[in-house]
Amino acid sequence: MDAECPECGAKFTLPEDVVQGEIVTCPDCGVDLEVVGVKGGKVELKVAEAVGEDWGE
Amino acid sequence: MPRLALLYDRIRWEEKELYRKAKEKGIELKLVDAKSKVADPYVGEEAIRRLYGDLVLQRCISHMRGLHYTAYLESMGLRVINSFKVQNLCGNKALTSLFLIKKGIPTPRTLLAFSQEAAGDAVERIGYPAVIKPVIGSWGRMVLALKDREVAQAILEMRGSMQGPFDSIFYIQEFVKRPPRDIRAIVVGDEVVSCIYRYAPSKDWRTNVARGGRAEVCPIDDGLEDLVLRVADELGGGVLGVDLMEGESGLLVHEVNSTVEFRGAASVSGRDIAGAILEYALKEAKR
Repeated sequence: MDAECPECGAKFTLPEDVVQGEIVTCPDCGVDLEVVGVKGGKVELKVAEAVGEDWGE
Repeated sequence: MPRLALLYDRIRWEEKELYRKAKEKGIELKLVDAKSKVADPYVGEEAIRRLYGDLVLQRCISHMRGLHYTAYLESMGLRVINSFKVQNLCGNKALTSLFLIKKGIPTPRTLLAFSQEAAGDAVERIGYPAVIKPVIGSWGRMVLALKDREVAQAILEMRGSMQGPFDSIFYIQEFVKRPPRDIRAIVVGDEVVSCIYRYAPSKDWRTNVARGGRAEVCPIDDGLEDLVLRVADELGGGVLGVDLMEGESGLLVHEVNSTVEFRGAASVSGRDIAGAILEYALKEAKR
């Protein structure tokens, strides 16, 4: 699946079983990205939320 | 077959596994991003069912987001695993401890204080070493050992200068003498589906797998099973991660997790935990 980092513009590929909501890391700039959509072989990404104090299990 | 929804704000390994297993089993599990929705209390039941199905598995990584979303879903008449009551009790260590103490479940000695000064008194009352934990949060974050008075003063001063709404709640606990491991038991409904030892990594005293701790299968004997199921039952049931320590006088329950991470437990025990959760959710949705 083709993806493009919204932060640095790097183009990279993601595995076919990528799911909306997953977090991936840009191989170029290292920013955490959230998968917001998967359509027609293309993945839409946005910069992921920063870790919150109330995060956990 | 009932329809399920999985409420998330970030898909971890666990959520992906639930999604994958649901697909495999032909269970309808709709992924709902809690960040993208408006919780509108004015829509009708039909719209609610269309969006969320018959039962919601609440798996948000943000405790507050998941808790408030659950309040909304329950107010609209939907079943949520876990319930608001369970999430609220488990998501706040102060509430968990008070509940365990009230129910007579063995748990480490814990005191609460609501100012830096009173926290100092609480530490003196517990004795050294003591442990201070944030009431909200996981993965051993900001869990600190207060080895002596000097360390305690420095740490309490630091905590006293923090401005978060929960920073003025000081949770002080005895430092339990235990082997360098704790026990994580995963309960689904009325069954302990998996149980692991979590060993502290070499340069840490905390055993959280998130801190690099190692997992190993823990045999489930009757005493352990009875205690874990009693905790789950008293809390209100659901899918829970019960954490225990092997104290000198027996098992102590120190924490219960409401959106339990089970990657480590699944890999060492070989148990299909996601499958068990889905089957349980289907059964509950039919009730």
